[in-house]
Formats: sequence, C-alpha cells, structure tokens
Amino acid sequence: MNALWAVTLATLVKDIRLEWRSKDALNSMLFFSLLVVVIFVFSFDPLAEESRHIVGGLVWVAFLFAAVVALNQTWARELRNQVLDAYRVSPAPANALFLAKALGNFIFVSVLEALMTPLFVIFYNLRVLGPAWQLIPIAVLGTWALVVNGTFFAAMSLRTRSREIMLPLLLFPISIPAVLGMVAGTTAILTGEDSAHFYIVLLLTYDVVFTTACLTLFGMILHAE
Amino acid sequence: MKRLFPILSVITAILLAYALYAALVVAPTERTMGDVQRIFYYHVPSAWTAFLLFFINFIASIQYLVSRKASAKTAAKWIVLAIGAVGTIACFLPRVQQLFPAGMRPSAVATTVLLIPIFYFLIGWLFPEEKLDVLAVTTAEVGVVFCTIVLVTGPLWARPVWGIWWAVGDLRLTSTLVLWLIYVSYLVLRGFSNSAQTQMLAAALAVFGALDVPLVFLSIWFFRTQHPSPVIGGGGSLDPRMGQVLLINWLAFSCFAFLVCWSRFRLELLHREVEEAHAMESLAGAGVAAKASLPLGRSSR
Amino acid sequence: MNAIKFLFAAYIATWVIHGAYLASLVRRFGKLRQQLREVGKK
Repeated sequence: MNALWAVTLATLVKDIRLEWRSKDALNSMLFFSLLVVVIFVFSFDPLAEESRHIVGGLVWVAFLFAAVVALNQTWARELRNQVLDAYRVSPAPANALFLAKALGNFIFVSVLEALMTPLFVIFYNLRVLGPAWQLIPIAVLGTWALVVNGTFFAAMSLRTRSREIMLPLLLFPISIPAVLGMVAGTTAILTGEDSAHFYIVLLLTYDVVFTTACLTLFGMILHAE
Repeated sequence: MKRLFPILSVITAILLAYALYAALVVAPTERTMGDVQRIFYYHVPSAWTAFLLFFINFIASIQYLVSRKASAKTAAKWIVLAIGAVGTIACFLPRVQQLFPAGMRPSAVATTVLLIPIFYFLIGWLFPEEKLDVLAVTTAEVGVVFCTIVLVTGPLWARPVWGIWWAVGDLRLTSTLVLWLIYVSYLVLRGFSNSAQTQMLAAALAVFGALDVPLVFLSIWFFRTQHPSPVIGGGGSLDPRMGQVLLINWLAFSCFAFLVCWSRFRLELLHREVEEAHAMESLAGAGVAAKASLPLGRSSR
Repeated sequence: MNAIKFLFAAYIATWVIHGAYLASLVRRFGKLRQQLREVGKK
C-alpha cells in the first residue's frame, strides 16, 4: 500500500513539475475555455433572472470541453521516448500510475475552474440565491467524475487511430449522468428553487462506482497486448 | 445446422406476417389514443429485444475480461451466484418490496434477477473464449439497430398522443437514447481500431456502459416523467387480446433478431477468417522475400 | 383520423431500418467472400 502511494506521489510530482515548466496543457486549456466563455457571452445575453437558469449548463459545458483538451495531453507525454513501455515493464503498480494521472488532471481542471468561475460571475452578473457552499462539493465531485473516466478513456484511446477525436466520443456518453447531476445541481443552487442534495448523492455514487471500475480495469488496459 | 437457417427464416417470415396482421386487424383499437396506439406492437418488442441484446453483450464482455485469469474467473462465478441468490431472496423481504414501484410483482423481479446467473452460465457454456468477443460485437450491432427503431417509433407515437415529439424529462425515452449513444460509441471504438487489443478495450467499455445504465436511469428519474404510466406489469389494465398480440409480435421479433444475430455472427467469423488468411499470406510473402535476399538463395540456384 | 399516418410511418420506418441493415450485411458478406477468393487464388 505504501509503495502504491510512493509511486503515485512521485509520478504526480513529476507531472506537475513538467507542467509547471512547459505550461502546455494549462495554457491551452485556459485559453480554450476563455474562448468558449466569450462565445457564450455573445450567443446568450440574458437578464440576470434567466441567466441563473442557464449558467449551470454553460459553465459545465465550457469545463467539459476544456477538460477534454487537458485529458488528451495526459498520455501523449508518456508516448514520446517510449516512457509508457518503460512503465509497463517496471514493477510499479499500474494503479499508481493511473491515480497519479487522474489526480494531476484533477488539479489542472480545478485550477482552471477556479480561474474561470469569476469570469462567468462577472459576465452574467450572477448572485447565488441558494446555499452557495454546496457548489463546492458539486464542483469537486463533478470534476473528479469527469477526470477519472477521462483519464481512463484517454488511456484507452491511445490504442486507436485518431485518438484525439476518440476521447470525447467515448467519454461523453458515459458522462451523461454526471453532467446532468452537475448541471441540474448547480442550477438548483443558483436559483435556490430546489434542494441539490440528490445531485450530490448522485455524483458521489457515480464517483465511487467509476473510480472502483477504473482501478479494477486499468491494469488490463495498460497491459493489453 | 445449415438446413436450420432457411427453415427458421420461413417460420420467422410467417410469424412476422401474422404478427403484422394481428397488430393491424386483430388487436382492438385503444379507446383514448386510437389507432396510433398500434405502434406499441412494434415499439415495445423492439425495446425488449434491444435491451436483451445489450444485456447479453454485457455478460459476454465480462466473461471475455475474466477469461484471461483463472482467479478472476472463479471470483466472477461466485459473485454472479451470490447476486442471483441474494437478489432472489431480497425480493421477498418486505423492506425491499417497499422500494418497488406500485404494481410490480416481487415474483417477476425475482425471475429477472435469476436470469442474471442463468444467462451468465449459459453464455459461458455455449461460447468458448474467442467466440465471446464475436458474440459481443454481434449483440452490440444488432442491439443498436433495434434501439434505433425504438427511438424512431417512440417520437412517432408521442407526437399525435402528447402533441410533442420528444420529452427531455421522460425517463424511458431519454435513458434509451443514452444507452443508444453508449453502444454507438462502443461500435465507433471497434471501428476505429481492429487490433487484438481492441477486443479488450471494447469489453472494458461495455462494462463501463453497463455500470452507467442504472445511474442514467436514476438521474433522469429525478426529473418528472411524462411517459404514460407503465402498461406492462405496472398494474395498468391491458386488454387480454392486446396482450396476446403483443406476445405474438414479441415472439416474431425475437425470432427475427435471432436470425439477424446468427448472420452477423457468421459474418464476423468470416471476417476473422479473411484477416487470418491475409496475415498468413503476408507472412508467407515475407518468408519468400527473406529467402530471396539470402545469399544462399542465389547459390542454391 | 389524421393520426393514422403516424402509425404507417412508424411501421414503414421499422422495416426500412431493418432492410437497410440486412442490405449492409449482404454487402459485407459479398465483399468478404470476394476477398477470400482473391487470397485463395494467389
């Protein structure tokens, strides 16, 4: 168990250091979601009252697309110089690699969300009517839901032709319940009309189910020959 | 085996013709919805067939995944047996029965739960390891065809009855759509790469999709449903003649689906045979080329 | 009754989809058989 965490931490630190030096994923992700935000602002120019009903959807669509940009770069880095093959023959547990990648993506997407949310608030003149603190569990659980499956499917689409297109095709259908939970939960909190408890429980269930599934099957995907 | 196919085709054609006649003429006209309700006799059997095929795909995928490791195979066997036993017993506990929607009989739920181990062992027994993947492709593709029919006939029914083509909050239509999307992405994955690894990847994706289905159902259930309340086993009163017609149509479509699956299965086997032949050919070609490039090749002449 | 056309549309759509799929199966069978013959010839 200790070995698992040691390898996870080492890989995670390596990924963050690489990202800090190059800022490839983060920059492209940030600029991409900024573009999405601006396009949304031009497309929808709602009143404050209406915007509460639609911003939940807009925010998560923007984050979903930006997350795909980051996820596509997760494994591409390891393909250069056959790093992934080295992982495969090394005795390090496969799940450590997966956890490190998923946590790294989680950190990147969270940073993106933290930077982008104020923009949405400014552009749409948002004021939360429901219990605002509940947005935090929804954001954390929702981001993990996107990232854990995204990391897994990115590893899967490595083996296919035109893998950059493959990832959203695999990820979006499976993510529909999570996206629905995030969007509906955020809307419920913004408008203050409904309770978001159900959606938090839904996202938690989704996270538990798919984290377990990913950890069970990742070894097979990594070693599939 | 060879002669069985045409015989079965003839029987299926007769069944389908009779089912069509029964659906259009024999079945009584529904009082509130009128003749449009007859779409039901195509819509519902197609849905049942599609779900059954996806279920078989899920089981074949799991069997394929665990077939690599003896320990995983044993574990999966006991887990499936446990699910069957616990699920069946749980259906008769009063605490669990309260969770069922009104009108759903515990014996019906228990039978459905029992089908899981039955299918699991039946498929494991009928299909050896390498055939499991062929079965998975077959059921996914034919399932998508039937699911498409459900999605086309559903709005055609909804439009005259509710006045709208599609209700986003509707539980069954929307979860069927998500299921369809998941299996289309499964087929896309298979189409995009056809190496030996794909079989493993596709099996993993099928397991993910199956895990997703209850969550999809749960998430949409939270929205209000606009569908007419369940007619089958839902306590609604279905005219016995309508029930008979539905049963005939279901039988006819099941036979038809079986035939289509059989053809698709043989197509996949033929496809693999061709691929193997190509591989052998290129291997032989490489052998000849290697021989020709050797200095010995020249001296022996 | 105007709604009857929806009934016919649904039944026709069902068989059009099935027919298209069966046609694609036949086409793929033909293609594979031809490939198999070509491989066998060489």
